[in-house]
Amino acid sequence: MEATTRQFTGNARQALKNDNLRAALDKLSHGFPYKRLEAAARLPEFEALRDQSRDIKAHVLENLDFYLQQFESKVIEQGGQVHWAKDAAEARDIILAICQEAGAETVTKSKSMIGEEIAINGHLEANGVRPVETDLGEYIIQLRKEPPSHLIAPAIHLSMDQVADTFKDKHREFAADRPLDQPRELLEEARTMLRREFLAADVGLTGANLLIAETGSIALVTNEGNADLTLTLPNTHIAIASIEKAVPTLEDATTILRVLARSATGQELSVYTTFVSGPKRPDDMDGPENFHVVLLDNGRTQMLGSEFHDMLRCIRCGACLNSCPVYGAIGGHAYGWVYSGPMGSVLMPGILGLEQTGDLPNASTLCGTCESVCPMRIPLPAMLRRWREQQHARRLTSTKSRMMLKLWAMLARRPGLYRAVMGLGVGFMRALAGGRGSLKSLPFAGGWTAVRDLPAPEGKTFTALWKERRK
Amino acid sequence: MIQQAPHVGLFATCLVDLMRPTVGFAAAKLLEDAGCRVDVPMDQTCCGQPAYNSGDTGEARAIAKHVIAAFEGFDYVVAPSGSCAGTLRVHYPQLLKDDAAWAARAEALAQKTHELFSFLTDVLNWMGGEARYDATATYHDSCSGLRELGIKQQPRTLLAGVEGLELKESREAEACCGFGGLFCVKYPDISERIVDVKTADLEATGADTLLGGDLGCLMNIAGRLKRQGSAVKVRHAAEVLAGMTGEVPPLGEGKNDGAED
Ligand code: SF4
Repeated sequence: MEATTRQFTGNARQALKNDNLRAALDKLSHGFPYKRLEAAARLPEFEALRDQSRDIKAHVLENLDFYLQQFESKVIEQGGQVHWAKDAAEARDIILAICQEAGAETVTKSKSMIGEEIAINGHLEANGVRPVETDLGEYIIQLRKEPPSHLIAPAIHLSMDQVADTFKDKHREFAADRPLDQPRELLEEARTMLRREFLAADVGLTGANLLIAETGSIALVTNEGNADLTLTLPNTHIAIASIEKAVPTLEDATTILRVLARSATGQELSVYTTFVSGPKRPDDMDGPENFHVVLLDNGRTQMLGSEFHDMLRCIRCGACLNSCPVYGAIGGHAYGWVYSGPMGSVLMPGILGLEQTGDLPNASTLCGTCESVCPMRIPLPAMLRRWREQQHARRLTSTKSRMMLKLWAMLARRPGLYRAVMGLGVGFMRALAGGRGSLKSLPFAGGWTAVRDLPAPEGKTFTALWKERRK
Repeated sequence: MIQQAPHVGLFATCLVDLMRPTVGFAAAKLLEDAGCRVDVPMDQTCCGQPAYNSGDTGEARAIAKHVIAAFEGFDYVVAPSGSCAGTLRVHYPQLLKDDAAWAARAEALAQKTHELFSFLTDVLNWMGGEARYDATATYHDSCSGLRELGIKQQPRTLLAGVEGLELKESREAEACCGFGGLFCVKYPDISERIVDVKTADLEATGADTLLGGDLGCLMNIAGRLKRQGSAVKVRHAAEVLAGMTGEVPPLGEGKNDGAED
């Protein structure tokens, strides 16, 4: 996927004009955050589980090499294969090679953000392999050739009407006048389409929510069961995961699973939680003959030990998106690449480079809601600030803004001068207001007055008045 | 043993200094009513947040040192803003933790710095004086105060004692108003959408007044309400608690309102 992170401001402006999107985002921000709160209230140990989950991942990150090796040897022991990919291109090639070896024409896919990150679909298509998304949301946006706009609800930006239109446009074999205005009808139609694909697929490609080192298992959570069909029906199962998904034990995995769905949707658990340990064993009823895990680095080892180390605790629950006022205003696509919201604004500069993503760390009010809901207690606002520091230090900000800041900071350290300038400023604004309570516009303050009035200052500055009255 | 009245350095904040001195006087009055001796060091300017949040840590550190030097002689430092108090309490120690000469001083200042309402209730155990304000109000919890300093109940406790005032909770009381310091001028259209959620939410309560504890947020919300033509009044809660609402009209209102530009 082509990154448009550099055009963030323009993307955001477009998004703000989109009424469908606005309705969808209103629904999102009135839904998941409240469900999360209710789920948390039902579980007295929720806050303690957040602490434990954070500690588990913190420990893993300190010992990542150990747990990844343990995971690898367990997978091999069980008859699977592990592939290491240092970047997206390597991961794509590995996956394509496995597909070609399997003689694959069709690859079913369950939802995977890493799949998006490495843009696997385009690569498979370009090489004659047809990827089919099987998560309903992903299926819809694949038909529309759109990227996902949310970590766990990839088609959240669309209304039901839009989905119905897409189905009518793409599923030409059904009667053109069939009813498609109920969720059930849409679901049935997608199911009909997908059943054939599940049965025809030669390879199933899934992500992995967790890599469990002690057992060499991957854990997958879905609400639709599509991952289970994706991985059990074809002969070959490929799981792709970034390296920070490792956890030491099954016990640790369940701790994290207990906060994952609650944080994401307010569910106690996702509808399907699946543990996969290697290929089909002789007395298994079903399952793939071949089991591959592709472990992706793509910048993660760079983040280890850096100021952004803690970001690697992220379990992609989406809680920070659901509660973010900026995400709630503009949705996921405006961020311009695979991830979005607060987690995306921290992660994407690390993957794509700060030059490409300069607006993202700045487009935040630093309100702290993300950190307050993050199950892994990732200090997202502090890390957004770290990126801003790097941006400033590397002179990636505009000369004008640097100069304004310098000028202001110089004043702030010279109280006498500061008071004189502020006194003048207050007088100027008062004169402009002419007794009215607020200003409709003000030179050099266009950003403020573009959308709101500026309440006029009262009179003199507080320090000047205090001096007059109290000394 | 005679207890000395605590000596409080009032950090008015740059916005109160510039835009709304009544909030400064209201804070001073509340502190004095609660038994403090209040001074306003003339060396104060701003807490440095614009530099800090823009990634200019060099300037942010320099300003932090300036504030520390101006205020460390007091028993307490109090600001009528959760955001600025949060900068002194939470962020100065982080900014200066590797500076041998300043780390301890930053830490000491942080320990004695408080937001106004939490200082009055949590530290002084003062539950409010006599004030009257006839209004149905809803309270906006500003982000830094709420999430960095845990300020939620304190202003409500104090406001509960104001005669004539009814407080109604709004559903999105804790939602960000879209101010975010420089954010609101860098991304005005995103900020607009965020503040619209806020104004719709507070209009839905039926309250005629919005109260809060941070002038930045209040100016943003008041400015947007004015632009929308709303009649909802906006005030800093300190004005109400100190009984000083007669001294200044609500934010954004003036005697010549309605006159041609
Ligand atoms: S940063 Fe935290 S809240 Fe956001 S997706 Fe990751 S784990 Fe969830």
